[in-house]
Amino acid sequence: MKKYATFLYDCFRLSFVGDWRYQLWMTILTLFSLAGLYAYCQQFVHGLVTTGMTDQVSWGLYIANFTYLVGLAAAAAMLVIPVYIYRNLHLHDVVIFGELLAVSVIIMCLLFVMADLGRPDRFMHLFWRFNFPDSVLTWDVIALNGYLLLNLHICGYLVYCAYCGRRPSAVFYVPFVFVAIGWAITIHTVTAFLYVGLGGRPFWNSAIIAPRFLASAFAAGPAFIILTLQVVRRYSRHRVSDDALLALRRIVQVAMIINLFLLACEVFTEFYTDSAHVASARYLYFGLHGHDALVPWIWSAVGMNVVAALLLVLPASRGLRWLNAACVLSIVGIWIEKGMGLIVPAFVPTPLGEIVEYVPTLNEIVVCLGIWAFGLLLYTIFVRISVPVLAGEVTYENRLRKSGLGPIPGTTATS
Amino acid sequence: MDVRDDRPSPGTPDLPRDPHGGEQSDGVSRRGFLTRGVAALAGMTSVAAALSPLRHLDRDDIPSIAEFFQKHYKEMTAEDKQEVFRRVQEAVKRHHGVDVELADPGPLAGVEFVYGLNLSRCIGCRKCVHACVKENNQSSAPEIEYIRVLEMEKGSIDVETANHHYPEKVVPDADKYYMPVQCHQCDNPPCVKVCPVEATWEEDDGITVIDYDWCIGCRYCEAACPYWARRFNFTEPAVAGPLNTDMAYLSNRPRPKGVVEKCTFCLHRTRVGRMPACLEVCPTGSRKFGNVLDPDSEVAYILRHKRVYVLKQDVGTLPRFFYYFDERGSRYHEPISEEVGS
Repeated sequence: MKKYATFLYDCFRLSFVGDWRYQLWMTILTLFSLAGLYAYCQQFVHGLVTTGMTDQVSWGLYIANFTYLVGLAAAAAMLVIPVYIYRNLHLHDVVIFGELLAVSVIIMCLLFVMADLGRPDRFMHLFWRFNFPDSVLTWDVIALNGYLLLNLHICGYLVYCAYCGRRPSAVFYVPFVFVAIGWAITIHTVTAFLYVGLGGRPFWNSAIIAPRFLASAFAAGPAFIILTLQVVRRYSRHRVSDDALLALRRIVQVAMIINLFLLACEVFTEFYTDSAHVASARYLYFGLHGHDALVPWIWSAVGMNVVAALLLVLPASRGLRWLNAACVLSIVGIWIEKGMGLIVPAFVPTPLGEIVEYVPTLNEIVVCLGIWAFGLLLYTIFVRISVPVLAGEVTYENRLRKSGLGPIPGTTATS
Repeated sequence: MDVRDDRPSPGTPDLPRDPHGGEQSDGVSRRGFLTRGVAALAGMTSVAAALSPLRHLDRDDIPSIAEFFQKHYKEMTAEDKQEVFRRVQEAVKRHHGVDVELADPGPLAGVEFVYGLNLSRCIGCRKCVHACVKENNQSSAPEIEYIRVLEMEKGSIDVETANHHYPEKVVPDADKYYMPVQCHQCDNPPCVKVCPVEATWEEDDGITVIDYDWCIGCRYCEAACPYWARRFNFTEPAVAGPLNTDMAYLSNRPRPKGVVEKCTFCLHRTRVGRMPACLEVCPTGSRKFGNVLDPDSEVAYILRHKRVYVLKQDVGTLPRFFYYFDERGSRYHEPISEEVGS
């Protein structure tokens, strides 16, 4: 127990130590997080009137970001599956970064949901009367928190073993890895079912939403990890091979093509049928009765996704420069499409045919930026700690030898 | 992700660990101590600045211990209810300066309420909307109304052709018909199904109610409702004019911010034998309300004899609110001859 406390203390100390670039990056993230906290406090005092949401469009940027991030978290599985099921060992060393990403991203998801609640002070009611299994939201609570615990356990166990200088015992983490793979698919499917199960919202009430969620998540998630790994290898001594990046490229490639295919299926069904159900889709893609706030967004998203898919199938993207471009396009394109493009149009027009457009307020945007900054802050700390620990530079042994007060070995690595 | 070009070569020797050159093996230097102190102070100041809006919190925004542990309505004993109701009365007194009795009429045995709306007669005057706002202590800023009257194109039941914001001074427009929509008190309510904390439920007389002290404000019910019948308190509701002091816990007592509310068929009236406020005020007699289980009731007669339909039957919600037409005697034709009332 004392050993574990020492471990936590060392982790805490490590997270403050780094060169000036690390300090600057962390300061910027902290400032953004605090700005977000300030904006949230405004919202807490005055209510959700500080957002652009209305009774007509009752979910907005918070739920949009939540939806996107659930996909990002699920994508950690896309690193794990090749390693543990297909024995693709290129990715073995980078699995932990995917899982650490999942941990930070799930925490962001939970923060976005909390930010969206009108009465966060009554959060405890979930424990006292839990409408399970009727409400899909309760399924999502279980799915997300379960996934958080699974990944915390896997990462925490591996890092702690390295700290203690002993080999991780397979019994304590491999079964959890396999459960986490299944669970990753579940979190995104259940999140899709949140929307799909509502008969009063024809835009969501379609079986294709869940598979499209998964396809887009498995494109945007690994794309994000490709970029992250390059930052990790640039600023730390952790080696990440190009083969690992190219293995991920293949996943993004396939997932993006499937995503575009499913998009085509959806667009065809809506517009060829041309029934009353098309109103929301028409609002999204072409505007409805002169209201067209989302049109430029969705076409940018479609454009980015198509260009990303083209880049990914061309041999050019075996080079990092084009691969990175494709990744950025996928991440942004899918963020628009999964976020604003999926959540907002379902509310326009309302079930009674009224058209009210949604424009997020500055306060709402600052809360979102704050949560993103806080998530990146957590992730930076996680990577900062796990790189030297896994490399065997920071261990309990070392610490004992140096009598506690001395500098922590391995702290020169910056993340 | 920021990617910079000045990447250290793999063999970069150890960089100074602490940019302030502080901690050495002989302990903490004065300079290091000072810079850390300044950093800690700056950190605490910025956290305090970030939290500063909280100073505007009203005392009612922070739940007391008793409120925090207040039970769900269905779990309260008679004593619990007494205590909770007393607390609500005190809050009403504090905010509105009036003494109120808080009733809690339960559903009556052998009663299932349904509501019928005569489309042949409704002239779209919105008197029901305003009566509802007064009766149920709805907020005027921001504006919350449980009833939305749609001005419909003749020849269409497509709500997308409806005008929600027609001027009510010039009604009725001979080329239109009017369709008021409010909570349909469904027998298969999607809003109840999706609520994660069971803050909303269907009572034995068919009325779907909300425990405003249990709702967490996730607005999933708003997303689920196919009739757009639910409203959210985006900020502290402000009731214009005097409060209606005839109030019940599950219906028209003042709501806090951050929770959802909706039409309750005026259960504080209807469960003690009165008619809903919207019906009483209707100048054309378009609104009919009663116990569908009583074969002699007006609504039972209408369901047996009139041309009746429910809105959005295809979504499977089984509404207890229906629309009907007069075969003859509508406002568009000859005057009505009263045959109803067996």
